[in-house]
Amino acid sequence: MDKPVHWVPGIRDRVRQLEAIGVSSVYELYSDVPRELLLDRAPSVGFGRMLSEEELRRLSREISSSNTVFTGPPPFTGGGWCPHWVPSIVDYIVSRGEFLTAYTPYQPEINQGLLQALFEYQSLIADLTELEIVNASLYDGSTAAAEAALMALRVTRRKKIVLSSTLHPEYIDVIKTWLYGKGVEIRFIPRREDTYQVDTESLDEHIDSNTAAVIVASPNFYGAFERDIGFLADQVHHHGGLLVQVFEPLSLGIVKPPGRLGVDIAVAEGQPLGLGMNYGGPGLGIMAVRWDRKLLRQVPGRIIGLTRDAEGERAFTMILQAREQHIRREKATSNITTNESLMAIRAAIYLTLLGGEGLRRLARSIWLRSHYLAKRLREVGVEAPVYSSEFFKEFLARFQKPYAPIHRELLRRGILGGLDVSRYGAGSGREAIFCATEVHSKKDIDTLINTLVEIMG
Amino acid sequence: MAGRPWRQAVWREPLVYEIGDPGYTGFITPYSEDDALLEAELGSPEKALGELARGEAPPLPGLAENQAVRHYTRLTQMSYGVDTGPVPLGSCTMKYNPRIGEELVSAMSVHLLHPYQDEDTVQGLMRALWLLERWLAELTGMDRCSLQPPAGAAGELAGALMIRKYHVDRGEASRDEMLVPDSAHGTNPASAAMAGFRVVKLPTGPEGTVDMDALEEALGERTAGIMLTNPNTLGLFEDRIVEIAEKVHNAGGLLYYDGANLNGIMGLIRPGDMGFDVVHLNIHKTFAAPHGGGGPGAGVVCAKGSLVDYLPRPLIERRGDKYYWSYDCDKCIGRVRAFYGNIVPLLKGFFYIAALGGEGLRESAIQSVVNTNYFIRLVRGAKGLEIPYSPERPRKHEVVVSVKPLQRETGVSAADVAKALLDRGLHAPTIYFPLIVEEALMVEFTESEPASVIENYAAALREILEEAYHNPAALKDAPRNTAVRRVDDVYANHPKTVTPSYRVYRLRQAGLLR
Repeated sequence: MDKPVHWVPGIRDRVRQLEAIGVSSVYELYSDVPRELLLDRAPSVGFGRMLSEEELRRLSREISSSNTVFTGPPPFTGGGWCPHWVPSIVDYIVSRGEFLTAYTPYQPEINQGLLQALFEYQSLIADLTELEIVNASLYDGSTAAAEAALMALRVTRRKKIVLSSTLHPEYIDVIKTWLYGKGVEIRFIPRREDTYQVDTESLDEHIDSNTAAVIVASPNFYGAFERDIGFLADQVHHHGGLLVQVFEPLSLGIVKPPGRLGVDIAVAEGQPLGLGMNYGGPGLGIMAVRWDRKLLRQVPGRIIGLTRDAEGERAFTMILQAREQHIRREKATSNITTNESLMAIRAAIYLTLLGGEGLRRLARSIWLRSHYLAKRLREVGVEAPVYSSEFFKEFLARFQKPYAPIHRELLRRGILGGLDVSRYGAGSGREAIFCATEVHSKKDIDTLINTLVEIMG
Repeated sequence: MAGRPWRQAVWREPLVYEIGDPGYTGFITPYSEDDALLEAELGSPEKALGELARGEAPPLPGLAENQAVRHYTRLTQMSYGVDTGPVPLGSCTMKYNPRIGEELVSAMSVHLLHPYQDEDTVQGLMRALWLLERWLAELTGMDRCSLQPPAGAAGELAGALMIRKYHVDRGEASRDEMLVPDSAHGTNPASAAMAGFRVVKLPTGPEGTVDMDALEEALGERTAGIMLTNPNTLGLFEDRIVEIAEKVHNAGGLLYYDGANLNGIMGLIRPGDMGFDVVHLNIHKTFAAPHGGGGPGAGVVCAKGSLVDYLPRPLIERRGDKYYWSYDCDKCIGRVRAFYGNIVPLLKGFFYIAALGGEGLRESAIQSVVNTNYFIRLVRGAKGLEIPYSPERPRKHEVVVSVKPLQRETGVSAADVAKALLDRGLHAPTIYFPLIVEEALMVEFTESEPASVIENYAAALREILEEAYHNPAALKDAPRNTAVRRVDDVYANHPKTVTPSYRVYRLRQAGLLR
């Protein structure tokens, strides 16, 4: 090749390199490949030629032109994923090449900064949840829940997982998929119609001496907080199982942390912590675990630990690697390798910018905005929320008429409304999950309500 | 070159806990002037929450913005990525991550797109993902791909589950054995075990490829499939792959391709043509999305023939000009994660392929193989180093060399050599992998490094090997020039000192840790 190829500087060295290697053509380096397997021409991918940066920019603009970014008011769509403010320096720090282009820190001495940032992430989550053991991230909230289920199966050597029916439907799907090969029984605790909380009266029917874990979300998919996580924990522990709570990280600015309620494993989607929405990914799988040596050995994924170097100076490194796939292979606690490190660092930067006091203020704002939205919806004849429970930033609302046409009309006016839960076979077609966060001003919320009034007449 | 040695920044940067103040926040909540008004109208959150309320702010240190920028800038200066220098970690494919990819994804405002936006409002994005799927299917010789798995290991889990469910649906649940070579990535046996398989280890033959007799012996009525990387982790092409595929298929098993090692063959050889049924690809390796210090990645899983029905859902479909997510799932394994996939790295992969086209990808693959063999040429014959398994055969994307003779003769190990490389400002290769090679250094330069970088690296390695024979103690003492000296792994992992968070440290200091 005599013309340059993007990001292949060695093209100009190739003749000299081949000569040194002692071959006359690159194809000699593929001489061990059966002839019929070698393609005789380049596959037809991309646009049939190399594109310059300028052409790529044009392509990107063309793609963007048929996407709609809702910024008039930001989306009011809930479902475990909401718009949040991302501080400018989060993007700046994670775009620095030493973090962005690093690998997993297998060589700790040359990657202390990365390790320290991840250790700080673990520490901040530990203090937020009041649970001592935190790993360096899993993929997202759903897979963190699935990993928690697998961990509980290992710890208890039992064969049954009990799920709250108010978990995010996609989390339930993911847990089922991940447990498919394990021959595990999965049971569901129903919810109470009035509160949308788990029906504690039916607990005895579902939890027994074969139950490895109960997984409950608070706040749950519909936005409702459980009334008494501590009571649930007692019930599960009484039978020798573990309680797993799916939590919402920002809510911990004003609500009691899982560690204070007897939760054994807490998992969450870290998307609110400075990640942006990313059309659903990447997210950040948070996992925090109560201090217990037996549990510590069964935690999945990378863990960064505090240690010292040969001169006794403070240092950081990956710890307990004997749990992991590259050493333990089929007996590893998980197959996870690449995780969401850079997202964990985003969360750490975000949390240190807020500090405890900032997080408390932010959580109060979110509570106020979402409750204002609910109140305004009630004023225009929408049941919001549909239950009596407390909620934080999302809630289930019930309209007097089918929601889908209302949603379309909102969209036509540039507003992205709630998540129609009939998509998951839930409700009667009149229910949707709305959210309001710190990015929604009172005026944004009033705009939504005024538009709804226009539409609903 | 004479002069002072390379030196990494040594900031002795305090933890955020030691510089931050839990009461401090420089953060101004958007529209916070609304909050007093709203609180007057709605009452206080704490009162409404009652028993649920936390009562006090969480004990998290707060930093001023400039303090935070400084803290993290210093931490980056004690870190090392491809932007800093070569990172020839074998099987990790640490190629250059084009900045244009960062720019374009950022310009697309993906961070403002909600996963539940109506499909009509994300047609551009869906078109890009649809094209990406087509391109990846073409490159692998597969029919369809699911973009959902968030990393390679998740793609493997999906693939293993697909194979499991395929057999179960055919009434052959008894096919519960997955064959995995002893040279495979650790994720292969781990993923197979997670999917409920019993892992049967296949030995590597003297040539460095699958031992055909052992394969023959392992195959049987319980065989569900085989998980292979080709070229394998030694960098050798499994030249009898067509025969292997035939044998496995004849025994009723399926072939799974670990695409972590696609870089040396992309655009030249396709897993589908070799006989594989299911493939996963690492967008963050082969397709140049950055690793981010360990993630996010994207681990697309592809399938052909009847295995397509088993791919994780949703898949992107097109009707006329309109793209939509299809949730049809007659046989599929379900979802492997919430939503659609790690969109940001996927788009970087999309722009990478768009930039290079088939010809550019092919040239990249070829150059990565040229670079591997050029490195071999530069270190071959160095005292203390050997090239195990068919030393004369060309390698593909990577090569595994062994410093076993060095270790035997001087006591200097692969780990010591790695630390000595760090002292020269060079990232070490993957060490002690694959497990079948003692004192292994697994080297992969990718196509990103010009000959001069490889020459410098080889010279540094030769210099270290020589030094080992003169002054082994000095190498045992490496590294000296990094932010910290060699870390104490015993202290890090000892039950009495293991510290997975600062909370554990504080509780232990206070005598409160059970």
